[in-house]
Amino acid sequence: MTARFEAIVIGGGPAGMAASVTIAAAGHSVLLVDEAAAPGGQVYRATFPGLDAGPVQGDADRRLGDAWRARLRGSAVQVASEHVVWEVGEGFRVSALGSNGSVSWRARALVAATGTTERVVPFKGWTTPGVFGLAGATVMLKAQMTLPGQNVVVAGVGPLLAAVAYKIVTSGGRVAAIVDLSSASDWLGRLPAMATRPDLLARGLMWMARLLRAGVPFHRRSTISAVHGAARVEAVDIVPVDGDRRPIPGRQPISMPCDALVIGHGLVPQTDVTGLLGALHRFEVARGGWIAERDGNFETTIPGLFIAGDGGGIFGAAAATAQGELAGHAVSRHLSGHSTAGEIGRLRRQLRRAQRFGGAMAELMALRDGQVDAITADCVVCRCEDVTRAEIDAAVDAGATDVNQMKAWTRCGMGPCQGRSCGDVAAAIVGLRVGGRVVAGKFTVRPPIRPLPIGKLTGRFDYADIPIPKPAPL
Amino acid sequence: MPVDKTPAKSLRIERRARRARAVTITVDGRAIAAQLGDSVAAAMLAAGEQIFRTSPRAGTPRGPFCFMGSCQECAVRIDGVVVPACGVPVSDGLVVERVAIDDR
Repeated sequence: MTARFEAIVIGGGPAGMAASVTIAAAGHSVLLVDEAAAPGGQVYRATFPGLDAGPVQGDADRRLGDAWRARLRGSAVQVASEHVVWEVGEGFRVSALGSNGSVSWRARALVAATGTTERVVPFKGWTTPGVFGLAGATVMLKAQMTLPGQNVVVAGVGPLLAAVAYKIVTSGGRVAAIVDLSSASDWLGRLPAMATRPDLLARGLMWMARLLRAGVPFHRRSTISAVHGAARVEAVDIVPVDGDRRPIPGRQPISMPCDALVIGHGLVPQTDVTGLLGALHRFEVARGGWIAERDGNFETTIPGLFIAGDGGGIFGAAAATAQGELAGHAVSRHLSGHSTAGEIGRLRRQLRRAQRFGGAMAELMALRDGQVDAITADCVVCRCEDVTRAEIDAAVDAGATDVNQMKAWTRCGMGPCQGRSCGDVAAAIVGLRVGGRVVAGKFTVRPPIRPLPIGKLTGRFDYADIPIPKPAPL
Repeated sequence: MPVDKTPAKSLRIERRARRARAVTITVDGRAIAAQLGDSVAAAMLAAGEQIFRTSPRAGTPRGPFCFMGSCQECAVRIDGVVVPACGVPVSDGLVVERVAIDDR
C-alpha cells in the first residue's frame, strides 16, 4: 500500500521547511522527507537529544532554525525524519529507507529541496585525518559542539571562513591562520551587494572585528599547497595565488604548524532528484555548477516538479527560505488551479534582496580554472577509489571525451560516495581538456541516489532462499 | 614539538553547552567516554581516535571529512550495518567497529 499525498518535499533545510509549511497552510496534504534526526538541514542543523547548545541569543541561525521547527510542529505537515530518499520515479513515486526498511509514497507535486555538497579542490595531503570540510566544520561546531582541533587553520573561500574561525575562537579554540583565496578588493567590490542585507553584513563585520582582536593572522589571495603529517595534521604550507587563483610559481611556502585544517571551496548544487527524473539542466559556474532549469515559479521542465533552495543554484540560506515559500505557493496553485493570497509580492522583494547578497557570495566562491590547474598529477582526486589526477588525465589522453567515459576507465566516482565529493572537480579536470564543462558533462544519476546498506533494502536471506527454477526439459 | 607535551585539552566545547549525561561506547573493543548528544564521529574524535578507516586502494589513513553523511570517509559498522559515524548519535553501550577493507 503506497501512501498518497498531494505534495512531497524532499529535504528539510530552510527551503524544504518553508515550502512544506506553505503548502500545508494552503490546505494541501504534504509530506516532508528528511534524512536527519530533526529538520533544519545543514545551516539550521539541530543538536542530537541530550546536547543543549545554550542560549540562542546572538545566534541568528539557531534562532531561525528553532522558529522554523516550531512552525513545522504547529502545521499539518507530515514529517518523515531519518528517511533517506534513494529513488524517485515518474508520477512522483518517492522511495526512502527508514528504520523499518524501504517505504514508498506518491504525490501529484514534488519539491526537490536537496541543498548542496561542499566542493574541496584537492591538494597534497588533503586525505589526512584532521582535514575537514569548511561546511562540515560548521556542523561539528554548532550541532555537535566539538572543535576540529586545538590549533586550526581555516582555509578556502567565502563567508564561511570568518563564520567558522569566529566560532572556533569564541568556543575556546585557537585559529592559527585564515587563508583566503580572495583578495581584500574581491571583498570590497562586493560591498554594494552585501549592503542589501545590512543584518548579514553587520554579522560578517562583527566576526572580522572579533578575529582581528584575537590576533588571528589573515593570508589573503593565498591557498594551501600541502598538508604535512602522515596519520595526522602537523602543519600546512601556505602559498600566494594570482588573480585566477593559481599558485604563483617560485614563491617559498609559509609553513604553519596546526593540528587541524578546515577547508572549503564553495558549494555544488545536488541535482540527483531532478537528474533522475530527466529535467533539463544547464551549467552555470556562478551558481555552483549544473542546475535544473526552472521558471519564475520554481517549476522545472517536468510539470509538477519544483526546485527550491541552493539545490537549484547557490544563493544562500536567506534566499532559500524565500524560494521555499514562493515554491510552496506555486505548488498550491499547481494543485488547486487558483492563486493564493497577496504575500507573493512581499516574498519576491525579500528574495531579490537575499539573492543579491547570496549571489555575490556565490560568485566569490565560484570555481576558477587556476584552482583546477593547480591540482598536481600525483594528487588523489577521488577519495573513495584513490584515483589521481594523472589517471584522469591519462583517461582523456586515451580518448575519453566526457566524465562518464573517464569514470568507467578509472573508477573515479564509483566508490561509496558515488562521486558526490569528487564529481565537480573531476568534471572540471576533464573540462579543461575537452573544451569545457558542458562538453565534459556530469556523472549520470542512477538509483540509489544516496549510499545505503543494500541489506536493509533486501532484508536478510541466504543462498537457500534464492528460488532456482528447474531446468527446462531438453 | 612543545605541542605534544601540553596536557590534552578536550575538543568538546564546554562554553554555554549543557550535556545531559556521560555514556560509554566501545570502538573495536576499547571503551570510550562520550556524552549524550555526541555523534559517534564527534565522540571518537574527542577521544583522540582520528583514523576511522584506511582507503581501499592506497591504504592511506582516513577520518571524518564532510561531516554531513555525504563523503563516507567516517563509515563504521554499528549493529551490523555500515553507516557514516557523523550522523549516528551515541547511546550507552553502543558497539562500534571499524570496517576492514575486505569486508565492506
